[in-house]
Amino acid sequence: MEISDMKIAIASGKGGTGKTTIATNLAHYTARLGQKVQYLDCDVEEPNGHIFLKPRINRSREVTVDVPQVDLEKCTGCGKCGEICQYGAIVSVKETVLTFEQLCHSCGGCMRICPADAIKPKPLNIGDIEFGKAGDVDFISGRLRIGSVRTPSLIKEVKKHIKEDRLAIIDVPPGTSCPVVEAVKGTDFVLLVTEPTPFGLNDLKLTVGLVREMNLPCAVVINRYGIGNDKVEEYCEAENIDIVLKLPDDRRIAEAYSSGKMMVNELPEFKNHFVDLTKAIKAS
Amino acid sequence: MKEIVVISGKGGTGKTSIVASFAALANNAVLADCDVDAADLHLVLEPDVKQTHDFSGGKLASVITEKCIGCGRCEEVCNFDAALFDGPANDVVEKTYTIDSIACDGCGVCAHYCPVDAIEFKDAVNGQWFISNTRFGPMVHARLGIAQENSGKLVTLIRKEAKKIADEEKKNLLIVDGSPGIGCPVIASIVGADLVLAVTEPTISGQHDLDRVVELTTHFKIPTAVCVNKYDINVKIAKAIEKKALERDLKVAGKIAYDIAVTKAQIAARSIIEYSSNGLKDQIVSLWESILDILKSP
Repeated sequence: MEISDMKIAIASGKGGTGKTTIATNLAHYTARLGQKVQYLDCDVEEPNGHIFLKPRINRSREVTVDVPQVDLEKCTGCGKCGEICQYGAIVSVKETVLTFEQLCHSCGGCMRICPADAIKPKPLNIGDIEFGKAGDVDFISGRLRIGSVRTPSLIKEVKKHIKEDRLAIIDVPPGTSCPVVEAVKGTDFVLLVTEPTPFGLNDLKLTVGLVREMNLPCAVVINRYGIGNDKVEEYCEAENIDIVLKLPDDRRIAEAYSSGKMMVNELPEFKNHFVDLTKAIKAS
Repeated sequence: MKEIVVISGKGGTGKTSIVASFAALANNAVLADCDVDAADLHLVLEPDVKQTHDFSGGKLASVITEKCIGCGRCEEVCNFDAALFDGPANDVVEKTYTIDSIACDGCGVCAHYCPVDAIEFKDAVNGQWFISNTRFGPMVHARLGIAQENSGKLVTLIRKEAKKIADEEKKNLLIVDGSPGIGCPVIASIVGADLVLAVTEPTISGQHDLDRVVELTTHFKIPTAVCVNKYDINVKIAKAIEKKALERDLKVAGKIAYDIAVTKAQIAARSIIEYSSNGLKDQIVSLWESILDILKSP
């Protein structure tokens, strides 16, 4: 497969293993080679890509979801809205209808079922998306509004900005549940960043399970190689998963990271790792 | 009974290693792993599972192929793109619908609108939860199924069960390992807690994510203390984090230096308290003591 228009998700299960480091350096490095590339920060609860890519933001837009707004003049109090809602987000009590916007999943059931046409969609702000340029990298980043639980809905909106004709690098949130499913869905390849530790391995196994359930190809990056044990390598061998990069444990990488610097710029000797990584992705 | 929840915003800052150490230091505590997406506390505490329960966080739709007439009403009403026209033929039509169980949000709208009642809407099993014994006391934990939803509901359930045990066994502390981020499982793990300890690291990312997590705990009005882990990676940022925390009236409960022994303890499946005898242990003991002081203060 040619890398030039691939959609690559960078995921990990465990947090803090280096997803953003790999994603931003890969985007920056491939752009420097003349590749058209988009970086999409789908870790919308705690987006950090901007700290390293330092984009110039050109525009941003609010993301809303539809939640119910009840016209009590029209409402007959039949209670059908509360019956169809599986989330406890709308309840009909006596003369009135209560809505709990933060519990709503925007399934549209209540609006559809209301026989009096008394429920209309109302936009609820769940966050925003910023667009900019970081050198030659197209930068797109979602940011969830504090208190919102609609992480997957925002990720879905961020991914609508993926362009077919170029490489897209998707920074995935940690974990293994719905936000991760949404972020890796429809990608061509998932790069799993882990650490050679028991926590890293445990969460890697969970994420491999998810990726396989979704029938996506994957490969592993071991970050801080050397700090732990060989169990991640043993696991990958047993499961036939390619290890495409081993990034050594080096305090200088941690220090560059701490102050928001790009590894491939600060420590040019690590540039070759990204040359190899690009080749390995092409080959797989 | 007091409940303390350890969260971080950014992942990988050391929540679980700190919780395991608190478990070793606390007397009379119940433990709960609410990082149900990527639970790791059991790797250190090696729980002896006493009870296993299925967790159902909601329902899922599925098509009864024999009944489907391929009309497409399910696809039309589904807001989650979960109804797919890719099912096998039956006696009536060449092609039927199926529901993608990963995409299905469990709203049941398709089942309601299907004109021939060809969609079943049944409780889903989203994972399992456990009551266990550990060398430091009872622990409630869970395993969310692969690619499952409703981690927030599972977190709420685990906290409720852990509190029940604390009441029954007259324990005076509940120590909760939270998840990264600021979304649904994090909100479910902090609402109503007595204290949140936000563990951060002195990096610009750590600082940025701490800001957001503190905005969240402020939004829900939960007392919050801060701990800077690996503070010597970047002393300048560590100081800036402490300064900002104090300006916001947050207590800085402690600082922990970078130490490879944290990883070594993890590999040995031991808490830092059991594994290390040097200054690292002292730093964690002092963090724990200041947490207890904060919990005591009115």
